[in-house]
Amino acid sequence: MGKMREITMERVEKTREEMLKTVKSPVLTHEQKVAAMASLADSLLEVLNIPEGLSELLDAPIETQCICDLFEGHAPMRPRYIIPDYGRFLKEGSSFLELGAPGDLYEAINALEIFYKHVPSVTNYPVYVGALDRLLEPFVSSMDEEEAYRLIRAFFIHMDRTILDSFSHGNIGPERTKAGSLILRAIAETKDAVPNMTMKYDASLTEDAFLLEAVRAALESAKPSFANDAMFRSELGPEYVIASCYNGLPEGGGSYTLCRLILGNIAKRAKGIEDFLSRELPYVMDLQARYMDERIRFIVEESGFFENNFLAKEGFIRRERFTAMFGLVGLAEAVNILLEKEGKKGLRFGHSEEAVSLGVRIMDTISAFNEAHRNPYCEVSGGHFLLHAQVGISSDIGISPGTRIPIGEEPEELVDQLELLSRFHHYFPSGTGDIFPIERTVHRNPEYIMDIIKGAFQKKLRYLSFYSSDSDVIRITGYLVKRSEIKTLEKGGNVKHDTTALGMGAKQNGHILERRVR
Amino acid sequence: MRAPVNRIIPFSAVDGPGNRTAVFLQGCNFNCKYCHNPETRKLCIHCGDCVEDCPGGALYFSDSPFPSASRPFPGEEKQESARTAPALSSYPFWGEEKREGISEERERESPHSGRWVLFSPEKCIGCDRCIRICRHDASPRIRWMSPEELLRELSKNRPFIRGVTVSGGECTLYPAFLRELAALLLSEGLELLLDSNGSYDFSEDPAGLLPLLSGVMLDVKAWKREEHERVTGTGNEDVLRNLRSLLQCGKLYELRTVVVPGLFDYEGCIRECARLLRPYPEVRYKIIAFRKNGVRAEYRDFESPTEEEMSRLLEIAKSEGAVKVLTL
Repeated sequence: MGKMREITMERVEKTREEMLKTVKSPVLTHEQKVAAMASLADSLLEVLNIPEGLSELLDAPIETQCICDLFEGHAPMRPRYIIPDYGRFLKEGSSFLELGAPGDLYEAINALEIFYKHVPSVTNYPVYVGALDRLLEPFVSSMDEEEAYRLIRAFFIHMDRTILDSFSHGNIGPERTKAGSLILRAIAETKDAVPNMTMKYDASLTEDAFLLEAVRAALESAKPSFANDAMFRSELGPEYVIASCYNGLPEGGGSYTLCRLILGNIAKRAKGIEDFLSRELPYVMDLQARYMDERIRFIVEESGFFENNFLAKEGFIRRERFTAMFGLVGLAEAVNILLEKEGKKGLRFGHSEEAVSLGVRIMDTISAFNEAHRNPYCEVSGGHFLLHAQVGISSDIGISPGTRIPIGEEPEELVDQLELLSRFHHYFPSGTGDIFPIERTVHRNPEYIMDIIKGAFQKKLRYLSFYSSDSDVIRITGYLVKRSEIKTLEKGGNVKHDTTALGMGAKQNGHILERRVR
Repeated sequence: MRAPVNRIIPFSAVDGPGNRTAVFLQGCNFNCKYCHNPETRKLCIHCGDCVEDCPGGALYFSDSPFPSASRPFPGEEKQESARTAPALSSYPFWGEEKREGISEERERESPHSGRWVLFSPEKCIGCDRCIRICRHDASPRIRWMSPEELLRELSKNRPFIRGVTVSGGECTLYPAFLRELAALLLSEGLELLLDSNGSYDFSEDPAGLLPLLSGVMLDVKAWKREEHERVTGTGNEDVLRNLRSLLQCGKLYELRTVVVPGLFDYEGCIRECARLLRPYPEVRYKIIAFRKNGVRAEYRDFESPTEEEMSRLLEIAKSEGAVKVLTL
């Protein structure tokens, strides 16, 4: 077992002050205070063997920080993203929870609502709530449709009011089911932020009528998003899910950790393009990978999670089904900074072929690094991490999510934006995606969006989200928030979802309300 | 064979079903008082008023009617001399009288007589200054494109679109171009819709367009002949004949009427149209409220109908038998 390192009393005092501030906060709800207290306590632990040189890159202000561990804490006591096999639970029940297999829709929904309270993650809420149509269809198919609808609607309201974080995701599709259609009807009607939803779409499996129902729901409630099912299957196998923002992960497993490279800041360290590609980027990637290795080692070998948690003991998750996400943000900024250093200030990512090609070169370099790096506990993904285009955090300033074009610089024509995205989406089996606010007039012609989705997936795009430009619930970066709740929070009121605060930050720092409307 | 292309919108959600590329051809044989894009009505006469003031340098004079980088139109090499180029002499809708009027105007007003105004799209900053300067209801930002060139330009929009809609101006002024384009699109698996004022004779269909089209969107701008003359400057016998024959052959995708209070009896027109649609529940009837944007200054005094009036018209259309009615 690793030995805990000592820390200064000065740091202890500072943390105690933060804790008292948390206790007295007028805007945090009780749950938000408990979560904040826990992470402050965790910040006092020093148990990880931090690679030399990491601190300079990790513990730096946002203008120079090159690696970020996204609030995972100092002593991870569970994997970041946990994806239980809910199908197994509904088939067999759980001895720990003293629940048998449900016999009808009432019992199935009740069982799931109980189970969600026992699924940990970095957010303390379940980041994945199941392939809801497939889970419920056996109970719905023989039932009166309106009765089933009332139950499903109440189920969705329950999730929104008790899962107090919108990094929580349900899946439907690719095949049309009665349950799937009722779910789409419920989310179009309730227009809530939780859970996030994805439709897995495959032109050969998904009926047009089902896709159309999903598009109509998305125009009402900003969900579901659309995942390229064939693409994800080819990379992760048939037992994959979309969780949290848009993360492709193995079912019955998940991801130990997610750290991200802040590419723009790495570019600031470089003398030019070649120096970046051959020296600075490989140096930072190596440190991030070794840091992730160490975090994974602690979770697997020291935390005791897989030995003791009922999810693992009862087979709802298996250690061998976990991988890790090697994330990145700010490709656009890195490209623009490097071109400026080469004396080509006018060329911008999204508007010049030279800039886009440089982006591709950078991604090829990162991809090759990841292919060469091995981790003994990522068997499910061939011993490698999975690349992830991280969507950013609310405190990011001047950092575009993943490989996205900066807001305000989107190409005038959507077709040009999609063409560019098709060159980057394929790098990221554990998630990337783009978001398009849509003009009100499209409500009359939802086939417009259907055609774009079909074309995009033929062009190997991975994941697309749409919302009506006049909608209250909107997609911030990968999660949903209500504009009306941001307003409440801005006025100093309490709101139930902790993600609303992130949305408020992203609105101010990330200009997410200024996306080009299509 | 070429047609003057004013604008191409790669993705459009409002020009027919699904996602479509919308192509706007230049030139129209109607003169609707409420025209929302009057700059598409006529062809450029190359007076050159707009060239000097073009901030991006996208407009320029040339001794040849063709951009230097491109070859003359295929099969039209003989017309390369400026004097016999197609731009001024071969517009099908341009009567002798008008043509003379224009050449006179050129003599009188254009210090650049004999030279051609050409357009480099890549330099255009989209300020629309040339359109505001133009005194001829035209636009110098025209590309004479062949169906093949148009198809090449559309290629990047595939596979995101299900079809193409050609609008205008009045696209049926170029029937041979449309036929060739429709055939090309069909071979590529893309459907073609036309947006027409109904002046082309679809009942006789001399150009053989209908078998190649997935449908037509037709405007009925007034029901009574004298009112149609007041609104558009021409009679509507052709429009109404087309309306009936397109309905019968199943090629009417959408019918439209623009509501302009005070200009004509729109309620009567909507009633007549809706009655005709009764046996055709699949045909959409779009009732559009007049709006001032883009309309020429001398016609801007018309008022938009109120929302209540539009809802009333929607109900009237439904009560007369139209099934798919929407207001815009």
